[in-house]
Amino acid sequence: MDALLSGLDLLARLDVLVALLIGSVGGVIIGAIPGVGPAVAIAILLPATFALDPLVGLTMLLGIYGSSMFGGALPAILINTPGTAVNALTTYDGHPMTQKGQALRALGLAYGASFVGGLISIVALILFAPLLARIAPMFGSREIFLAALLGIALVIIAHRGQTFAAGMLAAFGIFLQTVGLEPVKYTQRYTFGQEWLASGIDLIVVVLGLFALSQAFLLLTDPESAPKTQPIKGNMLRAMGEVLRHKRVAAVGAGSGTVMGMIPGVGEFTAQFLSYTYAQRSSKDPEAFGKGSPEGLIASESANNAVPAAAMIPLLALGIPGEALTAMMLSVFYVHNVIPGPGLFQNQLDFVYALYIAMIALNIVVVVFVLFSSNLIMRIIRIPTRFLGVMILTLSFVGVYSLRNSITDCMMAAGFGILGLVLKRQNLPIVPIVLGMVLGGIMETKLRSAMARVDTPLDFVNRPIAAILALAILALIALHVWGVIREHRNREPEFSHDHDVHDSQTR
Amino acid sequence: MTRIKTLQDLFKRYRRPGDMIFALAFFLFSLALLIAMPWQTEWTARTAFFGQPAFWPAVSVGFMALFSFLHLMGALVSERIPGRLAEAKYWLRSLEFAAWFIAYVLIVPWLGYLPGSILFVWALAFRMGYRSLRWAGISALFACAVVLMFKSFLQVRIPAGELYDLLPSGALRTFFMINL
Repeated sequence: MDALLSGLDLLARLDVLVALLIGSVGGVIIGAIPGVGPAVAIAILLPATFALDPLVGLTMLLGIYGSSMFGGALPAILINTPGTAVNALTTYDGHPMTQKGQALRALGLAYGASFVGGLISIVALILFAPLLARIAPMFGSREIFLAALLGIALVIIAHRGQTFAAGMLAAFGIFLQTVGLEPVKYTQRYTFGQEWLASGIDLIVVVLGLFALSQAFLLLTDPESAPKTQPIKGNMLRAMGEVLRHKRVAAVGAGSGTVMGMIPGVGEFTAQFLSYTYAQRSSKDPEAFGKGSPEGLIASESANNAVPAAAMIPLLALGIPGEALTAMMLSVFYVHNVIPGPGLFQNQLDFVYALYIAMIALNIVVVVFVLFSSNLIMRIIRIPTRFLGVMILTLSFVGVYSLRNSITDCMMAAGFGILGLVLKRQNLPIVPIVLGMVLGGIMETKLRSAMARVDTPLDFVNRPIAAILALAILALIALHVWGVIREHRNREPEFSHDHDVHDSQTR
Repeated sequence: MTRIKTLQDLFKRYRRPGDMIFALAFFLFSLALLIAMPWQTEWTARTAFFGQPAFWPAVSVGFMALFSFLHLMGALVSERIPGRLAEAKYWLRSLEFAAWFIAYVLIVPWLGYLPGSILFVWALAFRMGYRSLRWAGISALFACAVVLMFKSFLQVRIPAGELYDLLPSGALRTFFMINL
């Protein structure tokens, strides 16, 4: 209780509150603009937050992360274009509701479900924190190494249909972090005698290139389009209240988001898949799913909005980011010499609570904002896409150049931008590269220190958590192989699927 | 059941035209890294196997080569999706905007952040078809807003432009150098 109050005290500062307000309101707007999304915004803002206090910087970034999905539901429902990748499922039931003249109801349900999902996950994690504080110290070097390895395995397996590509991209990410002067024996790795490669490849340069520049290049290369919108009329609060009639679906969505968010490499899509499948199977009207089912909409939005809070768990407790956005946030910790990991939960539980309370506050700020601003946001998102590309390109420059005023960094970022564009056009994932870079660095350090106390291979898994993690990795690989064989037997002709660039896959 | 299948389609990533070109390019890149490994990494004496500087590059490049080979094989045995050349042309077209970005990077240290940004946003917007006076105004406003927010307010590190040296020395030049 003391830690909770102390966390509340940490937040009671004007700069933190302003950051929270900017982050949450900005996040809704950014999330609502198709083609921007939280990853682009966080990548651009990251270097600017380095100058801020860690709590201020993290609150702002968390604000963007947590509120972007609220905003992303708006174009998903009204114009059938998800604002962020994780709102893709929302189009499935949300847009048919708009076509039936129920746009306000759909929006209210989406906002209400997002709020319930976010709130349930945060409260669950606050209650769970003391337990985590006790479990986290059981994670030594080998457990953290295995958890990072599990994250890599999961991020590869989670990309169904493109497992080999996800594997090669994750390995590419691990490779990227090895380039440069190696810090223990001071040998050069893949520098090809080039001085500019000796200091290594900065994560932020890669992230900005892959997420922000690639998106700008895509928008600039694609033909112009500006979404057509229509105003929303009616009482939004009453529409949001309808979610209380579907408490079971919202609670299961939030639970699935919380559990899946905690597991590195899994995230929103799996959470939504489980939540949606459950909602459909347990519904009295399963045929309505995909044709404008309120339950389907709630299942999608409650699950995706429960993930951000849960995704902070592996980051804060173990120092292991489970997806791209928390991987970017990790650099904020490092810049300020705050090392997330077991020590953070033991010694700075108030800091952890402060972040969770900030997330509750941001959900409240966002709900109040969207109550009155849906029509205003719809006007903002009508920015023509090519001009949006110009804007992202201009903003990306600040992100890359302000890091160390290096033209080489900018050129590298442009190169990664082209790579990101090709990957997005190919429906190939970007996240494995980013996770490979971050988790690869963690694995290298932790394996080196873990092996100092290991004589035989079995020593590596002679502690309960290490054994569980190792078994989980083996079981996952076995299950995946079995799943692939089963899928191969039931395969459909290649051209029974569409081969377009998918909104849900542009990350 | 049909709906579940379609739902799965929403989460599954399907191949696109041009997959063969990308798969081949990535495999060749991985192979080149693998070949370069003996003289781009070192195995040092009196160092444990897992602590070797070359261990993680070997693991990562090894897996890159293995997975990219399997991905290439997947592309080879799959049906060809028409549109390979058009897709490759699309990738090449995007290089123009990478060049615009590099040009922006090169002009800022010379012109300064504010003039460089105004020029860049206006010129690129003009190139993209926003040619009216209204769009020129919007471009200039946007560039000013970005500079004010990042350089003046957040004080991010962007050096003053060489052009600012031409301003008369005094408060105005200092203001430009620090804030714009």
